[in-house]
Amino acid sequence: MATTSAETHTGTEVPADAHSTGTFPPFDGGTFASQILWLAITFGLLYWIMSKVALPRISGILEDRRDRIAGDLAEANRLKQESDAAIAAYEQALAEARGNAHKIAHDTRAKLKSDVEARRTAAEAGLADKLSDAEKHIAELKTTALANVGEIATDTTTALVETLIGKAPTKAELTKAVDSAMK
Amino acid sequence: MANDPIHQFQITKIVPIEMGGLDLSFTNSALFMVATTAVVSLFLIMSTSGRGLVPTRWQSMAEMSYEFVASTLRSSAGNEGMRFFPLVFSLFMFVLIANLIGMFPYFFTVTSHLIVTFALAMLVIGTVVLYGFAKHGMSFLKLFVPDGVPGALVPLVTLIEVISFLSRPVSLSVRLFANMLAGHITLKVFAGFVVSLIAADGLGVMGPITAILPLVMAVALTGLEFLVAFLQAYVFTVLTCMYLNDALHPSH
Repeated sequence: MATTSAETHTGTEVPADAHSTGTFPPFDGGTFASQILWLAITFGLLYWIMSKVALPRISGILEDRRDRIAGDLAEANRLKQESDAAIAAYEQALAEARGNAHKIAHDTRAKLKSDVEARRTAAEAGLADKLSDAEKHIAELKTTALANVGEIATDTTTALVETLIGKAPTKAELTKAVDSAMK
Repeated sequence: MANDPIHQFQITKIVPIEMGGLDLSFTNSALFMVATTAVVSLFLIMSTSGRGLVPTRWQSMAEMSYEFVASTLRSSAGNEGMRFFPLVFSLFMFVLIANLIGMFPYFFTVTSHLIVTFALAMLVIGTVVLYGFAKHGMSFLKLFVPDGVPGALVPLVTLIEVISFLSRPVSLSVRLFANMLAGHITLKVFAGFVVSLIAADGLGVMGPITAILPLVMAVALTGLEFLVAFLQAYVFTVLTCMYLNDALHPSH
């Protein structure tokens, strides 16, 4: 039974096989009409389903996704530009503030410097005044002291001369002698 | 019968229909055509029913097949070729799924019958001819006269071009048919060797041991046949696209 080949069986199992026995099935012309008909029906149906339902749906999905991705990218681009602008503004503000701070520091330093300078000049001037006053005073004191020295010398000389020679010298002689001695 | 490698191509009637002397019965072949259409349609419709922005695995497969066919068509026939996209996509999916369904044991392979592949090939060529004449009129015939051919050679080249054009439906259909037929026969023959060797008298224990060799072969061939099933569907589609390109741009 297992050795029965297509060539030998005579359509005993299925009567419908009658025309297909004896020939190689793909070359059996008796089945062509039915195969073409059913291929036309099924392939036509498939074509209709593909073109009306399946493919528009898939292309819709793909398009939605492409639009969404493009939209998201555009949005991301926009946000990036915004943040770039914000960063630029921040940088500029920072640079301005730095410039201002620089200027303020510079001004303050200059002002303080001139202040200090002025006070120092003032203080120096005061000191010079006081110095010259003190010098004047010292000079006065020195003159006074020197004058006193002459008087004391005269007195002492008078006393010495009286004691030595018994007679007081004249005033003019005394002054002359003292002056020459002091020189 | 179990070892007969031709039996798998036998067409049996399921619902006998006779009209005007023509046998239009609903056969096992018709059943598997219906199954192919149903599998393709259900796969594509159900997998995309969620219309997810982020695809599920099934939806991703549907999108992949769409983009695969679309890029094949676009690369050989350009953007104008996309008007034939439903046809090309249906052809690819029909042939591919018919081939793959045929890989199941006891299932009928629709594409292993020459008349089916020939009908599909004629559909393609018919579309090419009708569209070519509808769009370009008589200048569609420039397809047979390539540019830049010396005057004396024109008749010869034209003859060759006509023959090559006429042989297209034959080569397109025979290629698919022969691949599927030969693959299934080879598989069946090697599988038959396994059974024969195990059942053989007089080989003793050596029978089942040597039966391993054709078994390994049958397993390897099964893998190869899956490749062939895909490859032939792809080849059919690529050639369809190239022929459609002729209909769109006949002069070159």
